[in-house]
Amino acid sequence: MNSAKVWTIAEAGGRRLKTVSYELPARGRALAEKLGTRLASVVIGDNIDHNDLKELIHRGADEVYVADHPELGDFIVENHSNVLLDLIKFYSPEIIIAGATTAGRTLMPHVAVRLQTGLTADCTELNIEEGTGNLLQTRPAIGGNILATIKTPHHRPQMATVRPKSTKPLSRDESRKGKIQKVDFKPEWIDGRVKKTGFRKIEDTGAGIQEADVVIAGGRGLKKAENFALLRELAKVFGGVIGVSRDVVDRGWVPYPHQVGLSGKTVTPKLYLAAGISGAIQHLAGMKTAEVVVAVNTDPDASIFKVADFGIVGDLFTVIPALTERFKKGGGKK
Amino acid sequence: MNIIVLIKQVPETSDVKMDEETGTMVREGVESIINPLDLYAVETGIALKEKYGGRVTVITMGPVSAEKALREAVAMGCDNGVLISGKKFAGSDTIATAYALAQAVKEISNYDLVLAGERATDGDTGQVGPGVAAFLELPLSTYTSGINSIHSNVITVDRLTEEGYETLELPIPALLTVVKEISFPRLPTLRGKQRAGTEEIPHWTVDSMKLAKERIGLKGSPTRVVKIEHPKVLRKGEIYRVNDEESLSKALDALENFLQSKELIVEGAKL
Repeated sequence: MNSAKVWTIAEAGGRRLKTVSYELPARGRALAEKLGTRLASVVIGDNIDHNDLKELIHRGADEVYVADHPELGDFIVENHSNVLLDLIKFYSPEIIIAGATTAGRTLMPHVAVRLQTGLTADCTELNIEEGTGNLLQTRPAIGGNILATIKTPHHRPQMATVRPKSTKPLSRDESRKGKIQKVDFKPEWIDGRVKKTGFRKIEDTGAGIQEADVVIAGGRGLKKAENFALLRELAKVFGGVIGVSRDVVDRGWVPYPHQVGLSGKTVTPKLYLAAGISGAIQHLAGMKTAEVVVAVNTDPDASIFKVADFGIVGDLFTVIPALTERFKKGGGKK
Repeated sequence: MNIIVLIKQVPETSDVKMDEETGTMVREGVESIINPLDLYAVETGIALKEKYGGRVTVITMGPVSAEKALREAVAMGCDNGVLISGKKFAGSDTIATAYALAQAVKEISNYDLVLAGERATDGDTGQVGPGVAAFLELPLSTYTSGINSIHSNVITVDRLTEEGYETLELPIPALLTVVKEISFPRLPTLRGKQRAGTEEIPHWTVDSMKLAKERIGLKGSPTRVVKIEHPKVLRKGEIYRVNDEESLSKALDALENFLQSKELIVEGAKL
């Protein structure tokens, strides 16, 4: 049997795989079926939970390659790049997809350069070109103002990253069969120069803003740091996280991981509620692809209303608490 | 401590208006600036020089007009700039760009750190910094949010990930891509501006540099753009004005119905 030509990169956080690991096989499956090949997921980590490896198969992978070793537990790009390079040279995949996470966006360009092949970041759509079988990669650029479709016609593998949360995992199918294949550890994978010596967890969930279904965002209209409590209350009701405009970070009201926009993060939640945000073009670049945008602002001419599906012109200090009150009572989040 | 900072010139977007019809940026007459995310790298370089001595060299690849970005960096306090320029570089994708920059870094040769921004606000790939590290086989820290210490040729940094801050130790020379948290960019001084005005910026070309001609420009780029679309993003949402109890309650009713229709809430509250 030929080896799987489409790969996804699973991402470990400790012993468990992160959710993006189960999203990518949905993308990979569609491509593999069009190409008439099988789909593999690659796992690099330490002591990864076996159930999570099986879960990759339940979510669409035909094969799982696992490089599992205590020295691979930390994401040190030099080491992981060596592992992936080795596997690619051995199996010669056509397509590799990774999450557009801090790890994926570090590992993929590192490997692409070493292989001298093409890589496209943050793809929103992946498809196969009829006739050639090339991967067509569509991605937003220039603050989401253009959508470019890119291909890598003469180099292999074709590499792409995809934003977490942009793909729904396939429904779980326990009857799917697949092979979990351990890859023998090679000491030469360990580069040894860079060491991880510490980790401080961010308690504040803002770091997961790109994975959140609901983002409750505030801008300069909140007037001071303490007032973000109003948004946090509402976020709690919706099970969402706080996003902010650049002004808010520059004033030190809320830390940078929460910043949405051109110089912050791009988010695509199901619901983006913007309060006291005027909607500078840089901010819009980071949130206008949200499924539903609700805006609350005192200024009826604020640009945020141009990208809103529902707008309330009014004082957020009245509207937001009323909203929280309303949805807290019986109004359940889905 | 000799530092090389890699920057990119991008279109200034802060006074850009949105075209109401097409939902795209109006870019006519828009000025070019240093990529805002590169300013954190420039500032980090200058601050390290102030603390440890040495030189800060800033490099960019681009048209002749990109010289302006280098002069701005010199005005902030960098010592000198290098412009990689010429038609043969046109059409470079991230790999071809990383290759050209890596070759320039190699030619400068005497350096301890290479710094770059997290990504550029126009292309938005974040691939060039890690790519340069891969070409030069330099130890790499991406999303670097702080420099904790430098001693005995080891730099200790914090790296911002989705879950928190990792601490990494890297031997020098190393390449760091940095995020906003790492520094607060200074403004150019009058003296800096004067110096920047007279500073000679060498233009490095395909012929003056040691590089493989087939690895730059369109020829050296594995990727090809096959289509560009302008997505329309304007939405026409209903607008409710709230100025008293009654209009508030009406707006909330409508919002509740709206969220229900989008299946964002299952069952709304009754007042």
